[in-house]
Amino acid sequence: MIKKLLVRAVTVASLLTATVSHAQLRVEIAGVGAQQIPIAVAGFADESIAPQQISSIIKADLERSGMFKVMDAGVISEATPVNYGDWKSRGAEALVVGSVQRLADGRFDVRYRLLDTVKSTQLSALALAAQPQFTRVSGHKIADDIYEKLVGVRGSFATRVAYVTKVGNEYRLEVADADGEGINVALRSNEPIISPAWSPDGTKVAYVSFENKKPVVYVQNLVTRQRTVVANFKGSNSAPSWSPDGSRIAIALARNGLTQVYTVNADGSNLQRLTNTDGIDTEPQFSADGQYIYFTSDRSGGPQIYRMPANGGNAQRITFHGSYNISPRISPDGKTLAYISRRDGRFQLYVLDLTNNQELRLSDTTKDESPSFSPNGKYIMYATESGGRRGTLAVVSVDGRVKQRVTTQAGDIREPNWGPFMK
Amino acid sequence: MRIPQTLALMLTSALLISACSSPVKLDDKAAVEDRTGSATGQGADARSVGTINATRSNLDPLNDPQGVLAKRSIYFDLDSYTVKDEFKPVLEAHARYLNANKSRQIVIQGNTDERGGREYNLALGQKRAEAVRRAMALLGVQESQMEAVSFGKEKPKALGSDEAAWAENRRADIAY
Repeated sequence: MIKKLLVRAVTVASLLTATVSHAQLRVEIAGVGAQQIPIAVAGFADESIAPQQISSIIKADLERSGMFKVMDAGVISEATPVNYGDWKSRGAEALVVGSVQRLADGRFDVRYRLLDTVKSTQLSALALAAQPQFTRVSGHKIADDIYEKLVGVRGSFATRVAYVTKVGNEYRLEVADADGEGINVALRSNEPIISPAWSPDGTKVAYVSFENKKPVVYVQNLVTRQRTVVANFKGSNSAPSWSPDGSRIAIALARNGLTQVYTVNADGSNLQRLTNTDGIDTEPQFSADGQYIYFTSDRSGGPQIYRMPANGGNAQRITFHGSYNISPRISPDGKTLAYISRRDGRFQLYVLDLTNNQELRLSDTTKDESPSFSPNGKYIMYATESGGRRGTLAVVSVDGRVKQRVTTQAGDIREPNWGPFMK
Repeated sequence: MRIPQTLALMLTSALLISACSSPVKLDDKAAVEDRTGSATGQGADARSVGTINATRSNLDPLNDPQGVLAKRSIYFDLDSYTVKDEFKPVLEAHARYLNANKSRQIVIQGNTDERGGREYNLALGQKRAEAVRRAMALLGVQESQMEAVSFGKEKPKALGSDEAAWAENRRADIAY
């Protein structure tokens, strides 16, 4: 069955509804970037032979990014010479054409070209051969290539997200593509699951499970389903965060009374204590270069965000606005801190520019939780409640302009964690 | 004849009978005097038989819904992590039981209301559980008999977003 993502034209202020007939995760878009690149995307020649319609996936990805004004371009065969002037006069600055072929071994060969109508040149071309079940990934990889060539930053359309849903009394840890398709259930439980964290290579997820009637940190290999207990010390074990090389995991343990920050090897061995205060130290987050750990501490009276060297040592306070700042997440380039701040009883997503200490509020909702950067650092996904609905995910661009909302019809969705770039 | 045993039996019967508020009063002095006199005692009294009840109750005090140990929850004020005086008797009762039953273990489960981040609230719930654990340790309960864990805001007892629900969820529970 071909899933179609329907898009209606909008103005900046109104809501763009994108309906997914797959009916499990629904993505709504509101708000667009400061400048949208007008791009025409043609149907790929013979694309109906593949299980998914490549051009539809590309168009939906580009629309969702808020950075493009996507125009339909009919079907253009690769053999037809391109009339650049014609496309330019129609308002398109770029044109996407392509074709799909079935190979003898059953794989689908997807070829595409990205053309600049203003300079009358070819900007890029790709040929991707993949098994039928990876057709969507091929579409996303092409969208990533278009994004990178025109926006100048690597695209994150071919990434996945992990999150927790609660349906009745069942909790599920699920993995989906960044567009909400291809949902897989990694863990089912009748006790809560919180704090999923992708390994840097995208094959494992660490999480906290309450199946033993106490919080315990597990690492699960998504492919083999093998689970390792990383931390089950006396008391509570939580808040896993992987080091960038995947060898260590920072965690919060309450084995000696108050919650403090520790690290362990990814297999649970070699426990090291990093903080030693009379307050709560929790939510450790490795920086992308592995040099620092950002964390939440209420050593000054209320929770604020601090940073210390990755092997422990003197912590430096980072947040000074407001009396309650938690859930630090550091951008891949290390320049931006995302966090949740409580102001006047409202819990909202903020970003702090670490180069100039400028703070920006990114949401208008009041119960935001669990922010997570896309691997290209351009977007933040977080959990919130909006319109009286329980538990939706939202995506916002780091400059606050592009907004998306991801909802599930059944239940309550929370704790998102955006996965890494993968091959 | 083993006089001391008979004497003991008569003394015990005397005490038991007097404890059962029987109208018949037996005089201790009379029993002592008997010792110096004839071994067979005085007529009818020598044939009386008193009952000793050695039956033990099968009810574990833990399972008694009316007992002091039935109370397992300690409630906390907003932003508070110290045990209020009104709950000290609850802790004392459980500490007494645990000190008398060293093979029994408890898990103290800390909770918070729904407001705030999940991981920070997990740590705040832990503070509540830890406050109870420390108070019990001061009352003599062994480390090995207790574990303090937190559910944070993940397992609320009261579902609602009002003061009543929040107050119900700011709680540590003692679980055997």
